Amino acid sequence: MGKTLTEKELDFQFKYRIMREKGGEKIVRCFSCATCPLSCPVRAVDEEFNPRRIIRLALLGAKEEVLRSPFIWLCSACYLCSERCPQDVKITDLMTALRNIAVEEGILPSSLQAQLDLLYKHGRLYEIGEFENKKRFKQLLPALEEKKESVISILELLNLNSLIPEEK
Amino acid sequence: MRVGLFLGCTVPVRAMNYEQSFRRLALELQLEIVDVTDFSCCGFPAKSIKEEAGLLMALANLALAEKNGIRDLVTLCNACTENLTEANYLWKKDQGLKEKLEPLLHSLGRTYSGSVKVRHAARFLFEEFKEVVAQRIKRRLEPLRLYPYTGCHYARPSEIYESFDNPEAPGTLTELLKLTGAQIISGQNACCGGAVLGFKEETSLKMASITLSEAREEGADAMVLICPFCDIMFEQNQKKIEKLLNVNFELPIVYLLQVLGLALGIPRDELGFNLNRMKMDNFWSKLEGL
Repeated sequence: MGKTLTEKELDFQFKYRIMREKGGEKIVRCFSCATCPLSCPVRAVDEEFNPRRIIRLALLGAKEEVLRSPFIWLCSACYLCSERCPQDVKITDLMTALRNIAVEEGILPSSLQAQLDLLYKHGRLYEIGEFENKKRFKQLLPALEEKKESVISILELLNLNSLIPEEK
Repeated sequence: MRVGLFLGCTVPVRAMNYEQSFRRLALELQLEIVDVTDFSCCGFPAKSIKEEAGLLMALANLALAEKNGIRDLVTLCNACTENLTEANYLWKKDQGLKEKLEPLLHSLGRTYSGSVKVRHAARFLFEEFKEVVAQRIKRRLEPLRLYPYTGCHYARPSEIYESFDNPEAPGTLTELLKLTGAQIISGQNACCGGAVLGFKEETSLKMASITLSEAREEGADAMVLICPFCDIMFEQNQKKIEKLLNVNFELPIVYLLQVLGLALGIPRDELGFNLNRMKMDNFWSKLEGL
């Protein structure tokens, strides 16, 4: 936590940026009741994650603080807080919106970069080749092929392939 | 009855026992499975990067199912279920989003009218085959104490699932297991932590440990799952959790369809149990002579 945020570090337009993003529309409804941190299974074991704090920071305009913090990636997307939120803020969707904004700002955690790379190479998160099919055969399962064309097209249409580092 | 099977990424590689038990059960219940070889990732993993990419990947798969004449699409993974259901829901509800995504879908050479019904295998069995399963039980698994673990995305967010089950405490898995005669533990079903694994491993392992501890304290002979990602946490990371927290679970992890298969009298070697990783001696000894 540590440092105090001052007015000049705040971006008062940030909440409007969030409200334009799918899933972020309802952020201003939050009245900080704390239903979300009290429902949160991540919060239960790790105090670094606190949905209410993230929402307060975002509404205050602490854009850099929010987007560059590891905590926006810790939501497990269990939707429990979304079910319980009395203001229907749709917190899980809001976390996705914040992540999407972070990616647009050039922030992409390495594990997501690795997943993107796999999707682009195989059309799925796990490779299916001869080794996997041999194992499948032993379990009496039909052989599978990697069909990646549509996934590659989608990533290229949305220019997400540009986020994959070139292989050396 | 004829259904499409959507395998997703994880099941066909890391949960072959789950897939095998589903196919074997389908055979038993005379359910015809249509495999579409062109299916790819459901799109769930792409959502955190760009929501539209995740939805478009889901729609591309749904369009393919429709083209193959599939009305009912059965999923095995909770994340696939959630993302395909969400895409379906938004396609009908969010006109603005549809107008944005439809031209992109067309540029992939695919069209989708919205006719495919997506259901998780557990929900599908519950809604379509519950009575048939009940009538065909050959072995009552009464000595077993089972901890049903549904996972998060099976019935949440309730809005997209049109509340087919209680979003906070889904009951379908328990109802199906009750048919087998097994003793059912009613647990909290805290999130397995799977989605956090790639970002902060220790946190995700601690999350999974809560349910493992609960199942152990309640004297479970096994935890019963319906999602391959929950399995990655509870089974494939169980040893790591034991080491991290200096605890001892040694808890067998099985899939719902494996348990139903046993109760229907299907031999265990046809249900993929050779791929279950935890020691199951106690589990099997309780079933001896049944």
